[in-house]
Amino acid sequence: MSVIKSESRRQTFYMYLFISPWLVGFLIFALYPILSSLYYSFTDYDIIHPPRFIGLANYTEMFHNELFWRSVKVTLRYTFISVPVQLLLGLGFALLLHQTIPWRGFFRTAMYFPSMVSGVAMSLLWYWIFNPQIGLFNYMLSWFGIHGPAWLMNPDTALYALIIMSLWTAGSGMILFLAGLQGVPASLIEAANLDGAGRFRIFLNITLPMISPVLLFQLIMGLIDSFQVFTQAFVMTQGGPNYSTWFYVYNLYTSAFKEYRAGYSSALAWVLLIVVMLFTAVIMRLSRRYVHYEGGSSR
Amino acid sequence: MSTVKATRPLDPSPRLRRRIKPVKIASFTALLVTTFLMLLPLFFMVSTSLKSKREMLKFPPTFLPESWALRNYVDIFETLQFGTLYKNSLIIAGFSVFGTLLSSALVAYGFARYRGRGNNFWFILLLSTMMLPYPAIMIPQFVLFSKMQWIDTFLPLIVPAFFGSAYNIFLLRQFFSTLPEELFDAGRIDGCGELRMWRTIALPLSAPALATVAIFAFIYSWNDLLTPVLYLSSSDKFTLPVGMASLTSSRFRIPPWHLLMVASVLAMVPIVTLFAIAQKQFVEGIVLTGIK
Repeated sequence: MSVIKSESRRQTFYMYLFISPWLVGFLIFALYPILSSLYYSFTDYDIIHPPRFIGLANYTEMFHNELFWRSVKVTLRYTFISVPVQLLLGLGFALLLHQTIPWRGFFRTAMYFPSMVSGVAMSLLWYWIFNPQIGLFNYMLSWFGIHGPAWLMNPDTALYALIIMSLWTAGSGMILFLAGLQGVPASLIEAANLDGAGRFRIFLNITLPMISPVLLFQLIMGLIDSFQVFTQAFVMTQGGPNYSTWFYVYNLYTSAFKEYRAGYSSALAWVLLIVVMLFTAVIMRLSRRYVHYEGGSSR
Repeated sequence: MSTVKATRPLDPSPRLRRRIKPVKIASFTALLVTTFLMLLPLFFMVSTSLKSKREMLKFPPTFLPESWALRNYVDIFETLQFGTLYKNSLIIAGFSVFGTLLSSALVAYGFARYRGRGNNFWFILLLSTMMLPYPAIMIPQFVLFSKMQWIDTFLPLIVPAFFGSAYNIFLLRQFFSTLPEELFDAGRIDGCGELRMWRTIALPLSAPALATVAIFAFIYSWNDLLTPVLYLSSSDKFTLPVGMASLTSSRFRIPPWHLLMVASVLAMVPIVTLFAIAQKQFVEGIVLTGIK
């Protein structure tokens, strides 16, 4: 009895010893900032002078602030188009590549390649591509006799230009889907095939449920990433033209570090946090019926 | 760059094989077209970086430069202080990768190997921090770091990496959990301490997972724009993304297109190199840890 007890005590001791870096980091770099931004969100605060408590004023201002609603609309529109299309493309590429086909390795590397250019380098490249006078995009459209719009310089098209750009990195999702597809047992597919199931049925009833955890993971991470778009707006459009790419985080950054309204921005931060948690919770809940985890238990 | 080899295609049964031809041809064509579209911007990125200022303004864009303006690659170092930017980014990324690897491997080992009290609770908490958007915590972090006099130093960009990152801990923990118990029992019988088992048994067996984490950490730090924009104010401390972002600012009447492309190409070099070196491990790491 005492041997078991001391063994479990030993395990607990070493566990805490090893995870202590994260525990300390969690307290300093996550928990403390979350709580203090909650406090700041109820204050008038410019970072230099001490915060002054003003109750819910920041939140009520937000709901009457035009730029806030603009940023919500821009971010949601971007997210609801870009994330599903990226997922479909990633899955589509992965399915195409998950068969014996010539040049497989080449295709896979080529499709993943754009994902390595992400960040500012990618924004600069597409800044040129979308230039209406000298850029590649309108030149390619002209092959089909289409006279392209001014893309980033036109308030009606700027956001769609950024959505098109985001599809360029669908290859990074493809890699994860390919890894997922590899985990689908060949025996299951063969059995279904012997039973006379067609390709489409096999995909729908075996492949898709088996890779549903990968799908779920990518959906959630994709949403979270796309709620936080900043680089493109900062480098390519500065939120414009006419606030057509005024993303949520760009709005947050501007009001905190250009207008020095850290209290108001903290309220924005908390709304973002709550929205992300809500989306994640709803998706997890809805997915419970559809997502398959090995061992049969749906967590 | 050699090709990636990871997934084993399914061997189609005879029944499938007979009617597979048209599907294969269609797949191949679709792949060919998308790959062409995906690679075209990259091709133009490189070719444009070698065009002269004047040729850049031509429409339609030429596929290959008429005269090779290798000078662009020299100019960027003068116009942008590119050498300084590059050096700063490399220093920050280097420390970040080291910090992330060290701390994440320790923490992940703790979660994977010891069924101590509270293991599940902390692990679920860790997973939920993956959802925590950085913008939601950046203001108090900024206040904290300015109180510590860390503004305009590299410290805010490096130090947090030494406290582990949730995604990488998760990835490594999945990997460590697959290591056979017997190895550690053997180590213990030989009188091996816990930290030594981590270093001499767990780490050497985890090369693919560690390489994957190193690549993720490098790309994250190398591409990060928001954090350095917040913390770095003097231009000799700027990182590559911060300096590059200034190329589209309104201080240029006409954007220096050729330099934009040179900068993008050069920014890509370390990442491509890293992939070329570690890609076998990287793909293996993704497959073995299985994002599930």
